[in-house]
Amino acid sequence: MHIPDGFIDAPTSAIFGAASVAGVAVSLRGARKQLDERAAPLAGLVAVFIFAVQMINFPVGAGTSGHLMGGALAMVLVGPHAAVLAVTVVLIVQALMFADGGLSALGLNVFNLALVGVWSAYVLYGLLRLILPKVRSSVVVGSFVAALVSVPVAAVGFVGQYAIGGSEVFGLGAVFSAMFGTHVLIGIGEAFITALTVSSLLSSRQDLVFGWKAPLRSPVEV
Amino acid sequence: MIRPNEDPLKHPISDHHHGHDFGERLVLHRHSIVHHLEPQVKILAMFLFIIVCVATPIHFWQAFVVYGLLVLGTILIAQLPLNVVARRSLIELPFVFFAIMMPIFGSGERVEVLGVSLSRLGIESGASILVKGTFGVLCAVCLSATTPAREILRGLERLRLPNLLVQIVSFMIRYVNVVSDEMARMKIARLSRGFEAQGVRSWRFLANVAGALFIRSYERGERVYLAMLSRGYSGKLPDTGHGSAGIRQWAQGLLLPVLALLVLAMTNIWMSR
Repeated sequence: MHIPDGFIDAPTSAIFGAASVAGVAVSLRGARKQLDERAAPLAGLVAVFIFAVQMINFPVGAGTSGHLMGGALAMVLVGPHAAVLAVTVVLIVQALMFADGGLSALGLNVFNLALVGVWSAYVLYGLLRLILPKVRSSVVVGSFVAALVSVPVAAVGFVGQYAIGGSEVFGLGAVFSAMFGTHVLIGIGEAFITALTVSSLLSSRQDLVFGWKAPLRSPVEV
Repeated sequence: MIRPNEDPLKHPISDHHHGHDFGERLVLHRHSIVHHLEPQVKILAMFLFIIVCVATPIHFWQAFVVYGLLVLGTILIAQLPLNVVARRSLIELPFVFFAIMMPIFGSGERVEVLGVSLSRLGIESGASILVKGTFGVLCAVCLSATTPAREILRGLERLRLPNLLVQIVSFMIRYVNVVSDEMARMKIARLSRGFEAQGVRSWRFLANVAGALFIRSYERGERVYLAMLSRGYSGKLPDTGHGSAGIRQWAQGLLLPVLALLVLAMTNIWMSR
């Protein structure tokens, strides 16, 4: 789902580019406020981590393998703002150095994977933390659901962009069902790995899990 | 997020040349004009060229022939071996499959091509995705093969990327080798214990790998960061004294997008006649 150049037309790419700039700007401010001078190294580490973890492929069948998107995991580990920055940086580096995702499509990719992926996970996780009892296993359950849902939601972001600026070759229904279907499967893999990783971290270094130690706040306030 | 099954050890990152930093692994050392251009010039030139390319309607096929020659010319001037460029471009494959499906399964008016019924719109859109995507990938491969990662970073800083993002990229570049080598070691350790990823049952194990990796990365990163702070790190890249591109450099670099834009304008005039 790293969109290459030419997949979505130029005006749409520009609009989502602008939206992504705005979204990243919000997280730049938020991360500075939330993490002071540790913002850069922490987000940098998470970026490396996502980059590395994206190399772990897990089979989803039919000859393809999915790899972690990492947005939800990053959100639970370091909070939404640092997670947005980390995923954004991963996408910049992948586009510039690995030709993974087009440079003109960077705004589209940042919008789906960083903004939609992370914030949808955050909202869902926040809601679950409010409902569920304040115990460690709730963090695991919360990350599971957040990861499970954030992947197909990010895929829906792609379908929206395709609807606005893609070609009309395939009907939207077909694109939606294909993208949504595969990404529900990938989401299941993502959910298991995210939840298991969080639980493995909770049992050894729970101080590193933002979603556990962070006080519960509404998304608007953070 | 879907890639064909691949061996992580064969990923470009793990094409092993120990002792070099991240970006160096991708750089092919030459003394070409492209190598000597300042990174900010290269990044901006590439970005503008891709924008022109993406903004060109696919039925301006003559323009795309010239774009292709421009890209090929750049690769040849940079003295990059074509087989390496081709291999690094394979990342595009999933979208190539998608582009191939478009004429076959696409909707709308059908045309006969060599006795096969294809969607006209599908042919156009598929070709558009294929051509523009390929040029984008070739540009990025060209950039990373001629520019070390820390230079790309410097280029981004000169192009006024917000400092916090520059810092995050710099930390990423600083740590990514260490972490990916760590991953490779952990993988070899897994393999030597007879582990093979088999569907759902392996997920628990892979998650532990991810957890261990995060802790290792975090602790190492914290140590390095504290060491950097104690040596006076302020968040700025050290100034090595060179690096502002002169008019000559800008002229050389921007030749690529400017030529592309001229071609686009000329094709536009020609097509509308």
